[in-house]
Amino acid sequence: MDLNLDAPHSMGTTIIGVTYNGGVVLGADSRTSTGMYVANRASDKITQLTDNVYVCRSGSAADSQVVSDYVRYFLHQHTIQLGQPATVKVSANLIRMLAYNNKNMLQTGLIVGGWDKYEGGKIYGIPLGGTVVEQPFAIGGSGSSYLYGFFDQAWKENMTKEEAEQLVVKAVSLAIARDGASGGVVRTVIINSEGVTRNFYPGDKLQLWHEELEPQNSLLDILNAAGPEPMAI
Amino acid sequence: MDLLKVNWGRRKHSLFYYLFLASKQLFPLDLYLFSPNPFRFDQPSSSSRLFDFGRMSQAGVDVPAKGGFSFDLCKRNDMLIQKGLKAPSFLKTGTTIVGLIFKDGVILGADTRATEGPIVADKNCEKIHYMAPNIYCCGAGTAADTEAVTGIFLSNIDMVSSQLRLHRYQTGRDSRVITALTLLKKHLFSYQGHVSAALVLGGVDITGPHLHTIYPHGSTDTLPFATMGSGSLAAMSVFEAKYKEGLTRDEGIKLVAEAICSGIFNDLGSGSNVDICVITKGHKEYLRNYMEPNPRTYVSSKGYSFTKKTEVLRTKITPLMERVEITEVGEAMEE
Repeated sequence: MDLNLDAPHSMGTTIIGVTYNGGVVLGADSRTSTGMYVANRASDKITQLTDNVYVCRSGSAADSQVVSDYVRYFLHQHTIQLGQPATVKVSANLIRMLAYNNKNMLQTGLIVGGWDKYEGGKIYGIPLGGTVVEQPFAIGGSGSSYLYGFFDQAWKENMTKEEAEQLVVKAVSLAIARDGASGGVVRTVIINSEGVTRNFYPGDKLQLWHEELEPQNSLLDILNAAGPEPMAI
Repeated sequence: MDLLKVNWGRRKHSLFYYLFLASKQLFPLDLYLFSPNPFRFDQPSSSSRLFDFGRMSQAGVDVPAKGGFSFDLCKRNDMLIQKGLKAPSFLKTGTTIVGLIFKDGVILGADTRATEGPIVADKNCEKIHYMAPNIYCCGAGTAADTEAVTGIFLSNIDMVSSQLRLHRYQTGRDSRVITALTLLKKHLFSYQGHVSAALVLGGVDITGPHLHTIYPHGSTDTLPFATMGSGSLAAMSVFEAKYKEGLTRDEGIKLVAEAICSGIFNDLGSGSNVDICVITKGHKEYLRNYMEPNPRTYVSSKGYSFTKKTEVLRTKITPLMERVEITEVGEAMEE
């Protein structure tokens, strides 16, 4: 089994951003892998850019951390010069400029989400290559492949805050169930006019899907458990 | 190229060759072999390479000082490899390094084996590097890389420990762990993973205890317990089983020692002894060789003695570092 601990850190990842009536909900899993080894099982992929704008990071861990650090610094200066909170559109554009102009060297897909007083809640997806697309919901990362169909069916306009968050948690946990590179806990961040709320859903408290087993503490519990009832004729 | 040759004593050398040496800080063994120049011996070593420039101009050749890199030694290395010499592999620290946060601060641990391919090059090396009085950093990967990136590299003030010290002088405050983290992260990212240093950085500053891991490509994680190196899987299994929040100092040390031992015994790249460093608010303890689970067995009880006919003619002890006595002379100048 080739563990390859020298492989660059990538966040296999499932990241999601969803708008609702009044704000946005961002969600992500928490697994960072180096090759086949999980380097960090509780990482925080939703990083703050400003008080009202957050970004979900996927792809190379180093690249996404450096890009978000630069943009946080630029936005800080921008906020001071502007005299009011930065808008989500400006944040997304700054990220896009870094991602596009360095597209040969960076390998990171990002979802920018936030709330500002001019446009309300907005989600911008910035995949590899540096496109910026404004969307009502965005998904990214390796686990997102399993969610396209799910969102086509489950997404609707003007959800409430609770509905949106439940949708995000459900989607991330479905992706965790199917994608090897996603796992750990589900973190969500809700941004609206009132502020920011961070939530945390530990992996063993998530709903079980098709053929998933109950989490067990010890193999001994499973082995010592009574077998299935013998069939009665 | 001839314009650049300078007449230096008996032998002509390229100006770039000296610039190269100055920048690389090599002890010029090559130079001694090539040209036994009497002028060389009265110069103190290392940084006085810069003196070369003054003497160059005395030689009467007016050459504009150029920057750049001399690839002469690279050509020499290629030639030697083509002739069949095997290049030395670099010293890696196979390593198990760990860190954990306990009730009052941070405990860092490391093994002490440095390997060069399949051979143990150093049975008792130090992998816990000083960054600041309240911040220490364990390093895994290429030994030279971890030393250079964390240390005080004399000619190149790029290195993080000295950058932190300068920052302390500028701000007048104790260093913070995230400062060290950002400096290390910037450095490693700019080398895109070619500086093979995987680090566990821990310390206690005014904002509390912190523990971070930094990977060669420049990504960082902030964790309550962390392991790195080839023995990281063995050590992580111990931590995952036994770590809990709010450990006391003794429990923490015991757990760290257990994790390092697990790496020492189960990983081929780690071995020898356990080093531990405990950092708390305002106080640090560097327990070098805290545990020595691999003592040397079968030591001859007779000890070593020279053959009977050996005559001791003279005993001379030369201290390698001069002791400098500083005496206060007079009063400080007053404006």
